[in-house]
Amino acid sequence: MAQVFPRSANVLVRAGIASSVLLVSVLTLVAAGMYQSPLVNSMKIAKAQPIPFSHQRHVGGNGMDCRYCHTSVDSSNFAGVPPTETCMTCHSQILTDAPMLQPVHESWKNGTPIEWTRIYDLPDFVYFDHSVHIAKGVGCTTCHGAIDQMRLTHKATNLYMGWCLQCHRAPEKFLRPQDKVFDVEWKAPRNQIEEGLRLVKENNVNVGQLTNCSICHR
Amino acid sequence: MEARIKTVPPVLKAVAPLMEDGHSHESISRAVSDVVLEMPMPRPWYATISVGLILLSILGISTAILFWEGLGLWGINNPVGWGFAIVNLVWWIGIGHAGTLISAILLLFNQDWRTAINRFAEAMTLFAVMCAGIFPLLHVGRPWAIFFILPYPNTMALWPQFRSPLLWDVFAISTYFTVSLLFWYTGLIPDLATLRDRMPKGIARSIYGFFALGWRGSARHWFRYEMAYILLGGMSAPLVVSVHTIVSFDFAVSVIPGWHTTIFPPYFVAGAIYSGFAMVLTIMIPAREWFGMKDFITLRHLDNMAKVMLATGLVVCYGYGCELFFAWYSGSDYERTMMWYRGFESPFAWVYLCLLLCNLVTPQFLWIKWMRITPIPLFIISIIVNIGMWLERFVIVVTSLRRDYLPSSWGTYTPTIFDWAAYIGSIGLFLTMMCLFVKFLPMISIFELRLQHHLMKRGEIR
Repeated sequence: MAQVFPRSANVLVRAGIASSVLLVSVLTLVAAGMYQSPLVNSMKIAKAQPIPFSHQRHVGGNGMDCRYCHTSVDSSNFAGVPPTETCMTCHSQILTDAPMLQPVHESWKNGTPIEWTRIYDLPDFVYFDHSVHIAKGVGCTTCHGAIDQMRLTHKATNLYMGWCLQCHRAPEKFLRPQDKVFDVEWKAPRNQIEEGLRLVKENNVNVGQLTNCSICHR
Repeated sequence: MEARIKTVPPVLKAVAPLMEDGHSHESISRAVSDVVLEMPMPRPWYATISVGLILLSILGISTAILFWEGLGLWGINNPVGWGFAIVNLVWWIGIGHAGTLISAILLLFNQDWRTAINRFAEAMTLFAVMCAGIFPLLHVGRPWAIFFILPYPNTMALWPQFRSPLLWDVFAISTYFTVSLLFWYTGLIPDLATLRDRMPKGIARSIYGFFALGWRGSARHWFRYEMAYILLGGMSAPLVVSVHTIVSFDFAVSVIPGWHTTIFPPYFVAGAIYSGFAMVLTIMIPAREWFGMKDFITLRHLDNMAKVMLATGLVVCYGYGCELFFAWYSGSDYERTMMWYRGFESPFAWVYLCLLLCNLVTPQFLWIKWMRITPIPLFIISIIVNIGMWLERFVIVVTSLRRDYLPSSWGTYTPTIFDWAAYIGSIGLFLTMMCLFVKFLPMISIFELRLQHHLMKRGEIR
């Protein structure tokens, strides 16, 4: 009886099996890589803002404290975006006619707030509170990165749940003393784990509870 | 092949031979493969597939609405969070147990009566597991997120809860499906080659040829086939016990009254085989009639299956007895009260009584030989057992959940039209798949029948 398939079909089948294995592995790698890419998590991508505000200038250069503008960071879930009045405390005197700052002056004149583009946007199913993080010794730069070096603000982390859990599972790796929370130049000391464990105890951080689903998903 | 059936079974006074007289290798091949190749499908086949397709479209439509609107369309609530979906899952998975039992356990025990029924039972197993698989998918409510149940490295740095029996279910059922599929397909390869060779040139022939994997029936092919088949048989044998054991853990590992008992695993496994054989009989009795397979699936097969059903049915009855005994012997008020509710006070007490009627009383008729070897009564009994096993799962799921420890969290359950639609829809899927199976694949293993014929002629089996 004549064969249904020519002899070359064997090669095709083998090639098919090999290439499907290859294809699956490549697709897996691509998918895994995609999640680490700024295209997906928009890490390190500066977004356009109405005014090219530079944290590098204000924090790194002028040495302003975070709380000068983000006033509610230690008392509320929201750190607070400064109203135009805050800008005008200085800019009514400095750089009054710089074209770059036109939107600030216009906003001041018209009374319409400046519409900033949000960089750190958590999904709505995540409950997040700034004040408790500050109170327990999580520094600003732990999540927001080297803000004093950012000419334009960008996301310093991917904000994935896995990233949150790094700290929620082992806060001792990240906690710092109260007086260093707003210090943008703080570096973890050599004995960070030891120090961190002391702070965990001192600040009454209940580590076991930090990974309960309902801590963040309420 | 001969190595497998080396020992001559003891001479028993069987009701009928394994195969009727007057057949040759040629007539066996013809009788089975002609259903696929030449025979116009009999009228009842068209009727069955029409019913199947209608029910299947009910499943499709109701599922689309369910996904759009959400699970609120079902009757589930707090405290009865598990309604029809889990009842149907357990029922279908149970039905799926006959295939592996017949194909693996009977293979390892050299039971030659498996030959004529293993293909059919394995196909039924696969389709039953498919039907079962629908329900978790619907019950999670967000089917697009179903992959969360799989352990894979993810951006949430989370693993599924390995301590949960629901996760064990995922592994148990997916393993079961994969191994059953491989076992079934491996057994099909020589027959696919037969179909390929008997088929006229064309696309169909190429398709059968592709799946026959170039089978030429050489000694080396047979050697490898035998090795693969017996290994897969060995692999799937423990699955007969493990799958429904793990399904029973969904209940037994929790602390709800009526669920938290050690009898559950063996009682579930016996129930699974019981309902599996009932379903094999339900579909095989008409099929052997419609497709002229009475020569190969003889009264001997019906008799043996009925006996397995009787034996497992008695184990199930023992399980019912144990449940009652444990409830009393535990001394726990909750267990006792739950049993009391189950039998007398709950609005579903009639379900419990029906279940006892179906599963406790009905199998006793199988002690009578006439009942075992007469197709119509046996068919009716098998249907009743199928219903009874469904009611059993309903009683287990609903009566326990609606009354747990706190009276403040008591509730009840009323299935809605969408619950029923998913249930009868899954039956539609099952019927459709079975009909397509008999249309496109040999429903009995041709080459094993030939071997059986050969051994019968040599007087090694009868």
